[in-house]
Amino acid sequence: MTETAQSTEKDERVKEISGFRQALIRPELGGICGTIIVFVLFAIFAGNSGMFNAQGIMNWGTVSAQFMIIAVGACLLMIAGEFDLSVGSMIGFAGMMTAIFGVTLGWPMWIAILITFVICMAIGAINGVIVIRTGLPSFIVTLAFLFILRGFTIFIPQQLQNRTIIGGISEAAEGDWLAPVFGGKIMGWFFEMLANWGWIDTFTRGTREGQPVVDGLPMLIVWAIILIIAGHFLLTKTQFGNWIFASGGDAEAARNSGVPVNRVKILMFVATAFCATIFAMCQVFEFGSAAADRGLLKEFEAIIAVVIGGALLTGGYGSVLGAALGALIFGVVQQGLFFAGVESSLFRVFLGVILLLAVILNTYIRRMITGER
Amino acid sequence: MADKTPIIQMKNIQKHFGSVIALAGVSVDIFPGECHCLLGDNGAGKSTFIKTMSGVHKPTSGEIMFEGTPMNFADPRDAMTAGIATVHQHLAMIPLMSVSRNFFMGNEPIKKFGPINMFDHEYANRVTMEEMKKMGINLRGPDQAVGTLSGGERQTVAISRAVHFGAKVLILDEPTSALGVRQTSNVLATIDKVRKQGVGVVFITHNVRHAMAVGDRYTVLNRGKTLGTAERGGITPEELQDLMAGGQELASLEGSLGGTV
Ligand SMILES: Nc1ncnc2c1ncn2[C@@H]1O[C@H](COP(=O)(O)OP(=O)(O)OP(=O)(O)O)[C@@H](O)[C@H]1O
Ligand SMILES: [Mg+2]
Repeated sequence: MTETAQSTEKDERVKEISGFRQALIRPELGGICGTIIVFVLFAIFAGNSGMFNAQGIMNWGTVSAQFMIIAVGACLLMIAGEFDLSVGSMIGFAGMMTAIFGVTLGWPMWIAILITFVICMAIGAINGVIVIRTGLPSFIVTLAFLFILRGFTIFIPQQLQNRTIIGGISEAAEGDWLAPVFGGKIMGWFFEMLANWGWIDTFTRGTREGQPVVDGLPMLIVWAIILIIAGHFLLTKTQFGNWIFASGGDAEAARNSGVPVNRVKILMFVATAFCATIFAMCQVFEFGSAAADRGLLKEFEAIIAVVIGGALLTGGYGSVLGAALGALIFGVVQQGLFFAGVESSLFRVFLGVILLLAVILNTYIRRMITGER
Repeated sequence: MADKTPIIQMKNIQKHFGSVIALAGVSVDIFPGECHCLLGDNGAGKSTFIKTMSGVHKPTSGEIMFEGTPMNFADPRDAMTAGIATVHQHLAMIPLMSVSRNFFMGNEPIKKFGPINMFDHEYANRVTMEEMKKMGINLRGPDQAVGTLSGGERQTVAISRAVHFGAKVLILDEPTSALGVRQTSNVLATIDKVRKQGVGVVFITHNVRHAMAVGDRYTVLNRGKTLGTAERGGITPEELQDLMAGGQELASLEGSLGGTV
């Protein structure tokens, strides 16, 4: 037996950890650095391209918000120790369901929306239950649902309408109370005020002459902000948050300590489906149509954003704020390349490179936390 | 002790894992205020036995009575709510989480925020530091990740956690296997203290001296069966040691090792 040296006062065996190292041991670090780098780069290379005026900001802000919405769900799920590869298919499926209920079947739009949410969240729960009951990796189970949902998203409208795009959603949603919660814009007065102060440009011609070029904050962005705040709060400040970390850190240990691991994981699958459906609703009411190919590859983009944001693929560690920064990096780069006039296919090259860097950084951080060598 | 009713009665517990018979009918009573030592060779079934007690495993057959009524814990959470806390052999700690998050895992201190159950970080941090100090471990801070603790420090966190939550029964599965001299005597003293408060303690160990130091009764398991329960004073350390090794072989071993085992 060895006596572990102790002292009762301040522990002389602890070197003061340098502030730098301490700052490094944060899940958000990669996201923060990445964000700064990306903004500096585009300020230099696309500063005069209109990327940072009101319209430009709204442009990459909207794209980033899209990534953020699905990243929040994917982040919580990944911290709970699971993946959902069916997110992209779920987005296409949810949009198509709303279109079929609201347009093809002609139901009131708010009923179509609510039923879509119920169906999609139930599918999320089914994903979770199968993963828990069979003990199969969620990777495989949700991969199956990636194909199943995409298949239905193409099959159903083809059977009913002989096509894979259903339009007329905006008309069908006219006067509906729930649809603007996803497709509307708020705070128009604020942008008018900014325009009056001359802070943002106004249209100089056409029917909207004198109106600000940005006429409101899209609900898409509002949803992104709400989900990020709610997700961050849930994860760091609540009892349930502790359960999420525990379930992903070591399910067996968590279970033995009385954490309802199965419930936590299933609920996180439901939350991911909820986020995907929000995304789909915002998209459907913005475009006024549903198409069978919507949401393609979104599951990977969500996962990449989460990993850039510092979460470990193995679960138990990560941050919603980090994931949101990851999504921001994504949106800024994707749109920024466009503003900078760079060939947009290079976006994929960038994705691959930054994913690799993020994973390497995360592995290093994990070693520091757990003291592994 | 005979006049009290047992807190937990385990009656003829069997546990099979597929074709493996881990427990083949074990009966043990735990009384309030006693330290019941569970002894036996590796693979004898001690951990399996206490896991049925703490709600981790459902027994294949047999009955468990808690305070006189049949209990059917669906999962460890129920057992914990009933006041049974366990230090598992593998500690049930999560390396990536902070000490205080681990300490309160599954038992989080709640601060209400409307209908939302908030994790009371302030309370958790304070209690964790206090409890660890009582055990003689100085943490750098409550937000230190458990992964950076030494094996013994981890074990100490697990023990103080169980002591903190074990209102009625405290189950310790080889809690001292990685501990230093001072921490070990701390743990033994703690067992003695909570026992005096009326908590029933189940203590698994391979160390006869530790068992003799705090045990009131001794139950020896061997290959999934009990070899019987002895009272304190009714058995000598040598006899106990023989039983723990399964009876015969140690006698011959002892010869070659010069009585050092
Ligand atoms: N989940 C399981 N699945 C299959 N077999 C198991 C399982 N858990 C335990 N066993 C078997 O049951 C037997 C008893 O194991 P147990 O862990 O209870 O022993 P133990 O007395 O605690 O031993 P040790 O002193 O080494 O901790 C062993 O043969 C083991 O292989
Ligand atoms: Mg054991």
